[in-house]
Amino acid sequence: MEWLETPAGRVPRIASELGLKDRAGACKARWGIGRMSYMVPPGLYAIGHPTPDAPVLVTANYKMSYDIIRHTLAGRNLWLLVLETYGINVWCAAGKGTFGTGELVRRVTATRLAEVVSHRRLILPILGAPGVSAHQVARRCGFSVGYATIRAADLPEYLDNDMVTTPAMQRLTFTFYERLVLVPVELVMALKSVAVIGAILFLLVAALGGPAAGITALLAYVGAVVTGVAIGPILLPWLPGRSFSVKGAVAGLAWSGAFYLLAGGAVWSTPAIMALLLALPAVSAFHTLNFTGCSTYTSRSGVKKEMGIALPVMGGALLMSAMLLLVGRFL
Amino acid sequence: MKGFRYLRDVVTLKLDQATCIGCGRCLEVCPHQVFSLAEQKAALRDRDACMECGACALNCPVKAITVDAGVGCASGMINEWLRERKLRAPGGNCCS
Repeated sequence: MEWLETPAGRVPRIASELGLKDRAGACKARWGIGRMSYMVPPGLYAIGHPTPDAPVLVTANYKMSYDIIRHTLAGRNLWLLVLETYGINVWCAAGKGTFGTGELVRRVTATRLAEVVSHRRLILPILGAPGVSAHQVARRCGFSVGYATIRAADLPEYLDNDMVTTPAMQRLTFTFYERLVLVPVELVMALKSVAVIGAILFLLVAALGGPAAGITALLAYVGAVVTGVAIGPILLPWLPGRSFSVKGAVAGLAWSGAFYLLAGGAVWSTPAIMALLLALPAVSAFHTLNFTGCSTYTSRSGVKKEMGIALPVMGGALLMSAMLLLVGRFL
Repeated sequence: MKGFRYLRDVVTLKLDQATCIGCGRCLEVCPHQVFSLAEQKAALRDRDACMECGACALNCPVKAITVDAGVGCASGMINEWLRERKLRAPGGNCCS
């Protein structure tokens, strides 16, 4: 580790090249492996050889955020102030308040930033704004806050352009790739409930109609979950409706049709087919509705409204589906 | 947001124009361009685009903006609902 001497003590100089370990770590975190403890120590870091008048950028101590920032700023001379967000990214931490006014002021004071730099300006990511009150920060520690860009990738242009935020830099997106990278961790997080529900479902249906029927039901269910967790989010803008549960239900209906064809549904009884058409879209709809937590444009009030309508409908569909299976068994 | 629209007429965002001093902070922090600024007053240009992140309200120096901000994922809200009714132990959240 290289160090930089400053009036407030030694500041670590960090590498801006990412190694194999950094890339593998990011990949693992995307799959939920060690994700909740993927962090770096908070504090002040130097990128390149910053002088007292070099800009100060602020970020979270989630290692993926820190890596993206230092990699993007390779070849520049800057200060990087890393806040303690307990390994959570800027936006989620801002929502919880850990990337917040209190922690920012505390970190500015603890690192004696005012002695290291000659100016009084902090550059924050726009998505940190839900946790930071700029005027409170100025009042409490004398540093002014500027919100720069949403994406780290826009920082070089922002810095080269006299720190002017262009409209594109503050426009949130939800591109195909941005949605795709969220899917692995969502699949991993769904595993536990899928294992429990899948086992119960298999045992119940096997008890009613034999092991083959149990396996068919299990496959249908797992497919509906994957449809809701992965297909719904990936196809989000192309699925009809504004509501996430409607989008999920449509994807689930498509899965029901596909499963009917794949599993040789022509020989199934009418009640069994109807049960399938009711239950699978409901399962997919639930999981796509849950993706509102990952989306970049849904509001809490909207999700609340949607849940109030969609959850009872899903519950009703599952209940009717179970009744149809039972009735079909004893007819 | 381009290519995406969520439900209409649900958000709790409110702007008190009489209190607004036209500093433009809300325009700076909003990632969905909900606000516009004309003649030293902010206005709600596209209220339905709001995702209730709360950045504008927190950064408004004169408290002219209110919004019910918070966790917006379904499982987080189901857990919250269960905890309120003491049906589930505290802790454990979708993205905690």
